[in-house]
Amino acid sequence: MTVNAILAVEESAPETARALLGAMLEKGVVDALLVPWQLPAEDSVAPVLIHDPARLAEARVWSPVMPINAARAVSNLTATGNKPRLGAVLRPCEIRALVELVKLEQAALDNTLIIGLDCPGAYTVADYAELKRDGIDPTAELLSQAADASMTPHQGYQFRQGCRICERPVPEGAHVAVTLGLFGLEEGQMMVSASDGVAQTLELEEAGEPAGRRAAVNRLITARIQARDAAFAEFRERVGDVEGLLAEFSTCIRCHNCMINCPICYCKECIFRTATFDHASDVYYRWADRKGVVRMLPDTTLFHLTRLNHMVTSCIGCGVCTDVCPSDIPVATIFRTVGEKTQAIFDYTPGLNLEDEIPLAVFREDELGGLGERDSHQFQVVP
Amino acid sequence: MAQFEPRIIAFLCNWCTYTGADLAGTSRLQYPPNVRIIRLMCSGGLDPVYVLKSVVEGADGVLIVGCHPGDCHYQSGNYKARRRFAILQSTLDMMGFEPDRVWLRWISASEGRYFADTVTQMVEFLKEKGPSPLKGVGAI
Repeated sequence: MTVNAILAVEESAPETARALLGAMLEKGVVDALLVPWQLPAEDSVAPVLIHDPARLAEARVWSPVMPINAARAVSNLTATGNKPRLGAVLRPCEIRALVELVKLEQAALDNTLIIGLDCPGAYTVADYAELKRDGIDPTAELLSQAADASMTPHQGYQFRQGCRICERPVPEGAHVAVTLGLFGLEEGQMMVSASDGVAQTLELEEAGEPAGRRAAVNRLITARIQARDAAFAEFRERVGDVEGLLAEFSTCIRCHNCMINCPICYCKECIFRTATFDHASDVYYRWADRKGVVRMLPDTTLFHLTRLNHMVTSCIGCGVCTDVCPSDIPVATIFRTVGEKTQAIFDYTPGLNLEDEIPLAVFREDELGGLGERDSHQFQVVP
Repeated sequence: MAQFEPRIIAFLCNWCTYTGADLAGTSRLQYPPNVRIIRLMCSGGLDPVYVLKSVVEGADGVLIVGCHPGDCHYQSGNYKARRRFAILQSTLDMMGFEPDRVWLRWISASEGRYFADTVTQMVEFLKEKGPSPLKGVGAI
């Protein structure tokens, strides 16, 4: 059972949230917290692990910046060994990534409390730093729009690409123990929904679901779905054939940032970082002989096509890949567009719940009946 | 002008399909020589990267063959191959490459004739379709 409580916000919602997190540590709801924390230069916020409530002073819940998908941090903190009870403050896309990682056996939730946030959107790390250095308070700006969830970025700036097309801005699922909500609430209010046990310890009183919340959230989701579908359509138009495909990755420099920062790409040894692609010198000359020209170093298109085939069914659309691409390739749009179709084959929504099985980890004897049969190339066996 | 000869890379599973291809050979069944066979222990052991490498290198067609569903030597390898193939088809389609150049077929050890017919069918199909759009582009 969940308790929906409304807390009065005195100074600011982030401050109220911080006090609540402090109470969680002090009252033993959790032994440690993974929480966004302002770095000393004050122009960025990164997740930190805290044991001591006194160090929560620099915690900054709802700062619109995401330098890493914190699901990776939760994976590091829960994958092995004995762990104390961890409270992880996460955005919805980080929660979705964590759900996939749990199913991929790279993280564990048995001693973890997920504290989800209504997500107002985020700027790139560079944009956030610039705004802060210019003396702007990006958090306060966005939170002031939370009542009707209109979510417009600062004049002259855009949200991250992943955020612009994100249609799941609120935490979902039974695995989310606590939600800190802002959408649809009146000025001076913050919502906390928590499971019974936690609510009791924190002395939260049932106040019912805030009246304006559902409408506000739906309005935001509708706007985002429109943006998402427009992005998908634009991609399909642009990459409809081989020329389009090659052009899309023409500026890729093989830094592998997208793969390294993707929360779902968990392989400790990606094939593209192994000796498989360390060819002997004479091999390149032979290829050049046969093909006329060989890009040095080769296999750029192969890298992206392979990464798609390996992980697109679990892509939760956080968009960190686009953030970190030095060539501004819209990797998030590519993966989400291809993801829409491939996930639909199995009726799978990544990150939604722990019960749905990873498409590549299971199979059914009775499915995809047309594939492999005589003459199957003559029909569109896959939508 | 010389007729275009398609180049097909075929991934055959050891137990059913490769044996079926052997049967075609020992039975002296004629089929076009355009296919380059790569033997795996199981179709379930085929990582999409190998199919994609063939595609990117300009193979006109790729043939993935395994045991019939229910007959996999390792119980479930072909079921996994089937799922991976579905995703592969979808990604190839979305990324501008014609998905009907990559075929999945179930061919058993006793189906030597069917193997020969499949290769013949694919060569004819590809001759009509023309060379891979990635030909000449190289692995860039």
